Amino acid sequence: MGKRVGVEVSIALADAVKLADADVIAAYPITPQTHIVEHLAELVAEGELDAEYIPVESEHSALSACLGSAAAGARTFTATAGQGLELMHEVLYVASGMRLPIIMAVANRALSSPLSVWGDHSDAMAVRDTGWIQIFTENGQEVVDQIICAFRIAEDPNVLLPVMVHLDGFNLSHVIEPIEMPTEEEVCDFLPVRRNPLTLHPSKPVAMGDFAPPVVYTEAKWAQEQAMMAVKPTILDIWDDFAKKFGREYKPVECYKCDGAKNLLFTMGSFSETAMTAVDKLRDAGVDIGLIRLRLWRPFPFEEFRAAVKNAETLLVLDRCISSGGPGGPVASELKAALYNEEKKPKVVSFVGGLGGRDITVAGFEKIILDGLELAAKGQEREYEIVGVRE
Amino acid sequence: MAKSEFELTWQDIEIGAAVTEPGSAAAYKTGDWKSQRPTYDFSRCLKCGICYVFCPEGCVRQNQKGHFEANPYYCKGCGICAYECPTRVIVMREEEEK
Repeated sequence: MGKRVGVEVSIALADAVKLADADVIAAYPITPQTHIVEHLAELVAEGELDAEYIPVESEHSALSACLGSAAAGARTFTATAGQGLELMHEVLYVASGMRLPIIMAVANRALSSPLSVWGDHSDAMAVRDTGWIQIFTENGQEVVDQIICAFRIAEDPNVLLPVMVHLDGFNLSHVIEPIEMPTEEEVCDFLPVRRNPLTLHPSKPVAMGDFAPPVVYTEAKWAQEQAMMAVKPTILDIWDDFAKKFGREYKPVECYKCDGAKNLLFTMGSFSETAMTAVDKLRDAGVDIGLIRLRLWRPFPFEEFRAAVKNAETLLVLDRCISSGGPGGPVASELKAALYNEEKKPKVVSFVGGLGGRDITVAGFEKIILDGLELAAKGQEREYEIVGVRE
Repeated sequence: MAKSEFELTWQDIEIGAAVTEPGSAAAYKTGDWKSQRPTYDFSRCLKCGICYVFCPEGCVRQNQKGHFEANPYYCKGCGICAYECPTRVIVMREEEEK
């Protein structure tokens, strides 16, 4: 049995990387991710983790170094946030295209300008099409568990794709929470030694990330997409096995008081805990409302999502990102797309809020729910509503 | 190579589109995008080999009669051979011309 400790989530995350026995860590510190890689640098310097820590001069180099180390067969970890993730952008495609199982923690942060270091999902949404598996976490325990699961998912022979584990900057990365840390033996048992189907080796030459003319690029991308679409059953199996070994269950879509609810609030990330309290309060006051939260963002769990909302009449979606000049938040428009061909589909009301670290309190969520239900009833005038803006 | 790149299906693609078999330019026909090709009037040919020496693609070979000729699968149609030929054996023509 693991030990229950009170610890900052970033530190717990770094300890989880240590438990997973990472071989190489290449990262550039950036707020609010800094504590994660600082602690990892300490663990390596003090000899607690036998790994190579590569200090680099930018995030572009951090992920490039990770490419090399993962291609050589090393268990590789990096972490970033906001602008750093954007600086990695082109290398993200290289990592997924080369099918390298790199694990990255992203302490979600807003994008400049204006400069903001606070929590926001703009960075994650900007890289949603890069071919990485993306998991959004809600609390410290989930961060630790999903980091451990991420290594097993990424390295599974049926997957071999890089994984991002998202945790909200500050709201989650910098809070101190009670977390049950698994033991080294438990993680060892859960996470097998990495086996590499294809690695760089002097006696068996291989060229990775090679040039593909128009005649084969489509086939190469389709092969990658087939792998991505086949990932979900493997993830479900791994989460099931995790539940058996550690007693904590994870599902792609999490429903809270959804049974029989005609109206559902949809969130991602750490806001869900606040939203739960608001749902509790409104339920007590007789309002028909439930909460669904998406844990697995890429690949998108279409079946689970459709099943979760099939009896709903209204879906209120909160995005922590603006799709500028677009139809609302990027998540809301994706959900609309997922529902478009369904015969019975809920009305979708898109909200954008919590940008750049703006807090949404329990009262704030109550207002979103009540406003959303009113908008759904009387019809929306705008594509989306912005939450809490001073007018 | 087992299959040419024109025949590969997505299932044939190595994981991560990696190339595991050492290749060579000989396996790829690289002259299919030229717009002009060299044509020859060997009656004036001195068999001097200047076109062979100057060809930047290394695609000129001596045939059995001793004349020098470019392999159209690798010739890029640059026209250097035609320019250098002292007796004007080589004339560049548009690809679609006979």
